[in-house]
Amino acid sequence: MTEKSGADILVEALCDLGVEVVFGYPGGAVLPIYDALFRAARDGRRIRHILVRHEQAATHAAEGYARSTGKPGVVLVTSGPGATNAVTGITDALLDSIPMVVITGQVPTALIGTDAFQEADTVGITRHCSKHNYLVKDPAKLGPVIHEAFHIATSGRPGPVVVDIPKDVQVATARYAKPGPIQHKTYRPTVKADPRAIEQVVDMLAAAERPVLYTGGGVINSGPAASQLLRELARITGAPVTSTLMGLGAFPASSPQWLGMLGMHGTYEANHAMNQADLVIALGSRFDDRVTGRLDAFSPNSRKVHVDIDRSSINKTVRIDLPIVADVGHALEDMVRVWKARQHPKPDTRDWWARIAEWRAKACLSFPDSTTEIMPQRAIRALWQATHARNPIITTEVGQHQMWAAQHFGFESPNKWLTSGGLGTMGYGLPAAIGAQLGNPKALVIDIAGEASIQMNIQELATATQYRLPVKIFILNNEYMGMVRQWQELTYESRYAESYSDSLPDFVKLGEAYGWKGIRIEQPDDLDAGIAAMLDHDGPAIVDCRVAKLANCFPMIPSGAAHTDMILQANEVSGTMDDEAKALV
Amino acid sequence: MHIREEKAERHTLAVIVDNEPGILARIAGLFTARGYNIESLTVSEVTADKAVSRITIVTSASPAILEQIVAQLDRLVPVHKVRDLTAEGPHVERELALVKVQGTGDHRIEALRLADVYRARVVDATTTSFVFEVTGGIEKIDKFVELMGEVGLIEVARTGIVAIARGRDAA
Repeated sequence: MTEKSGADILVEALCDLGVEVVFGYPGGAVLPIYDALFRAARDGRRIRHILVRHEQAATHAAEGYARSTGKPGVVLVTSGPGATNAVTGITDALLDSIPMVVITGQVPTALIGTDAFQEADTVGITRHCSKHNYLVKDPAKLGPVIHEAFHIATSGRPGPVVVDIPKDVQVATARYAKPGPIQHKTYRPTVKADPRAIEQVVDMLAAAERPVLYTGGGVINSGPAASQLLRELARITGAPVTSTLMGLGAFPASSPQWLGMLGMHGTYEANHAMNQADLVIALGSRFDDRVTGRLDAFSPNSRKVHVDIDRSSINKTVRIDLPIVADVGHALEDMVRVWKARQHPKPDTRDWWARIAEWRAKACLSFPDSTTEIMPQRAIRALWQATHARNPIITTEVGQHQMWAAQHFGFESPNKWLTSGGLGTMGYGLPAAIGAQLGNPKALVIDIAGEASIQMNIQELATATQYRLPVKIFILNNEYMGMVRQWQELTYESRYAESYSDSLPDFVKLGEAYGWKGIRIEQPDDLDAGIAAMLDHDGPAIVDCRVAKLANCFPMIPSGAAHTDMILQANEVSGTMDDEAKALV
Repeated sequence: MHIREEKAERHTLAVIVDNEPGILARIAGLFTARGYNIESLTVSEVTADKAVSRITIVTSASPAILEQIVAQLDRLVPVHKVRDLTAEGPHVERELALVKVQGTGDHRIEALRLADVYRARVVDATTTSFVFEVTGGIEKIDKFVELMGEVGLIEVARTGIVAIARGRDAA
């Protein structure tokens, strides 16, 4: 067997792992890898490289690709600023459990620690924002490390893995052979649940009078089969289903058993059902603070079952009566099988559904409509109306528009909703849409954005142009960092410190400058036509939809409040909060 | 508004890890990043091939946080296993200290006498100083160091706790 350079080993390993797309940006410390990619493509072993305009966007594009396809996203960046620019996206992928492998160049081994040009301590910086990371100092270890990195990124609770490769290791030669299945000596995630725990949870479900299935991003991560099994479990048990932000789409929004999202901007019925439930089954969700609200008032009378592949998620904030460490898809399969084998009849949940119907009657997502200005909620509903038949992939930025999209855009299937949930990264949506479009060339991909967030990675307009990606951006432009302004109204008597989006660009002209179609929508009567024009354009299109400037996102559980203390309308806002509440995020 | 703190218990953990670069930073960083306490941390290779290290950590936390600490350590990729020795039952804890005292006359004699009581060995001596080596549990060493304070203590070096479960089984 002949020896190959580290760069060639890397490219061959990526080919062996089935990598089709790499999102990256070249630089001094990764030049050997870029040359190896170039030569491999010339020889017919093509990995498609997508040149982004900023390394942060490479990571979000990889996340969008991963979340919409179920395959790991791959990022290639240079040392120093290339790596540090990627840190936000790596952290984002960690918090949202997105499988991602980030390859960073590093200065040659002899220069490490000398403050060399474009040197940063990449493994040090990413140690606590990645699932795992490596500094490879020997080209012979590069192949096994790359295979192990993909194994760790994609198995168990998925997450980002960083592989830092010094430039001399990219040039030095060694042998490479494709390894067999990886049996890691310490890392062995538990996939199958304890059968006794499955029996117990089935017993609990059969006996429950007021059950709720509380689902999360883990159901999506487990693969499309898990979403089907969730639907089956809901069907045979008759239990209502709610979901976190990350789990939207795992259960169809059109189902009568769907309660809507729960938590801070969740529905009245979902939060009250959690509050009054006698059994909560958490499926691949993690009792995040946005979901629980005030912990001591969270679902006070329920027994709680938590299915999670990450043991550390269990009992982290909420005490669990029955922990089940397992892949949620496997656990759902076992639960459905045991339920059916025992021939449990569908429990009588009529009383429970009658109470839910009372909460639903509040119509908590209704909003004061207007004929003179576009209400943002109306814009989202119009967008859904015009596109839902095409089962679009929706990405978002972070803020009010994100919550309105989560509330008003109904999702029917998994992998169609890409949003930065855990880290809340403004600037996520456009690069994520680019990644999703690359993974799903025929899909309709729309980034629902705010005018502030979109500017955080606006340079990626060029990337979409370069690769002829027909992504759409739909900006709800209210000229404010709306969620910041909303909190200032709730907490600081409307003292709008720095939340006005001053000196906005003309988004239509900006889009046109990058070769996009630009569309402006200013009147409610123009909404449908504007959306139609966006959809009719066969290339990328950016829509500047001017919406009501001071609309707020309700319902809302204010900081430090319980699920039963929801604000439904603006006139319930007092404008001040005590210090305990002010100190909460 | 005031910040409340939860009541803490002191626990000794044994963490068996793959001996790879950065593992100590990974573990120490986990404690700082998640706001856990480290009272003492020791690390050493424990297998002939130097592939595995044993880290002994003494921490104080509420029972719920202790459960989190164990789970968080356990999910680090290079961690083989994590044992909460305090929770699991009887175990032996030992620490070694080197204690330097300076003095002449009665102080010197008293220092030697106390060292004898505490089974401390003299490992270095000059006409005006001693270095004592003492091993034992944390309380014994604390007490010895405190007593040396009255007879010319000038410097202390302590290893931190190492611990192992009693009985025939490995951790």
